[in-house]
Amino acid sequence: MAVWLMPVIIAAVIAIGLYKKVNIYETLTDGAKEGIQTWVAIVPHLVIMMAAVAVFRASGAAAELASWAAPVLSLFGIPAEVAPLALIRPISGSATLAMLDQLMQEHGPDSYIAKLAAIMQGSTDTTLYVLAVYFGAAGIKKTGDALKIGLMADAAAFLFSVIAASWLL
Amino acid sequence: MVSVVFAFLMLSGFLFAAANGTMADVNEALFQSMEQSIQLAISLAGILLFWTGVMKTAEGAGIVKALANAVQPLLGRLFPEIPPGHPVFGYIASNMAANFFGLGNAATPIGLKTMRELKKLNGDRDTASRSMITFLALNTAAITLIPTTVIAIGVKHGASNPTDIVMPALFATVMSSVFAVLIDRYYAYKRRQ
Repeated sequence: MAVWLMPVIIAAVIAIGLYKKVNIYETLTDGAKEGIQTWVAIVPHLVIMMAAVAVFRASGAAAELASWAAPVLSLFGIPAEVAPLALIRPISGSATLAMLDQLMQEHGPDSYIAKLAAIMQGSTDTTLYVLAVYFGAAGIKKTGDALKIGLMADAAAFLFSVIAASWLL
Repeated sequence: MVSVVFAFLMLSGFLFAAANGTMADVNEALFQSMEQSIQLAISLAGILLFWTGVMKTAEGAGIVKALANAVQPLLGRLFPEIPPGHPVFGYIASNMAANFFGLGNAATPIGLKTMRELKKLNGDRDTASRSMITFLALNTAAITLIPTTVIAIGVKHGASNPTDIVMPALFATVMSSVFAVLIDRYYAYKRRQ
């Protein structure tokens, strides 16, 4: 099913473009040229932000912070094993995917811990990455309340994950 | 704000490494990340160029405008700053649809294009507009119908029912998106005061 989605969308755009007498080859390549500008705008943000995330994780500061936060998170029904995933989720998607893999390995894929971690991973996005890349592409320097809102939404998603895991699983 | 987060991640990392003797790991991770970020950038490049081309064609064919008109009644309330019927509604809808159906590859290029359009609407200023913040809140809240990567990891480990997380995850992401929109509204209201 999913493999049909992209081809159908692309085919529809081309077919409607031809019907409307759009010079589709020109709009495709012109758009791609515009894509280069966007790409150039986001690369610096990727390099700089990923370096900071790498330092934070490799130093062990991330794990330490997660162990401090664990008692607080457990008040909200998030087990200590899942606390590191909750804390790192907003800054690194690939790191938390590795953590999820590890949790399934250690506790079994059908355990509550693995299921809760999977729901948390699946219901959130890497807020810092989205913010850096989206604002970077548009050249926005003053980001307003965006980061605050994004992080609060992540926290809400984790709490709703706990509720959903006990109700809907 | 992003500077603060960046400084916190870097400095707390260095301090912690200094106190715990993990400086060698930090050095290695730092250089690895520089390589990885460029690898990520290169893998993004083709997708970005291709989908920006497709969206430009969709715009030329009037598809974006038609989509904008279709979603206007719904999205108009979320984005009161955007003039009714403006094509950027079509971009926002395309981005949300791509995210919802798990087409992350298409969602990001369309999202970036949307941000550039929103900047034009904001007189090319380098300050985030209310619409940009709302759009970003919706993107970070990430409404996805089926989290395919997560399911794939469950399958890999032999979960007895790897798709049973779909409903709970959808519930959590929808609720957190509603929450994101509400706090976005609250902050927009507070800024105006």
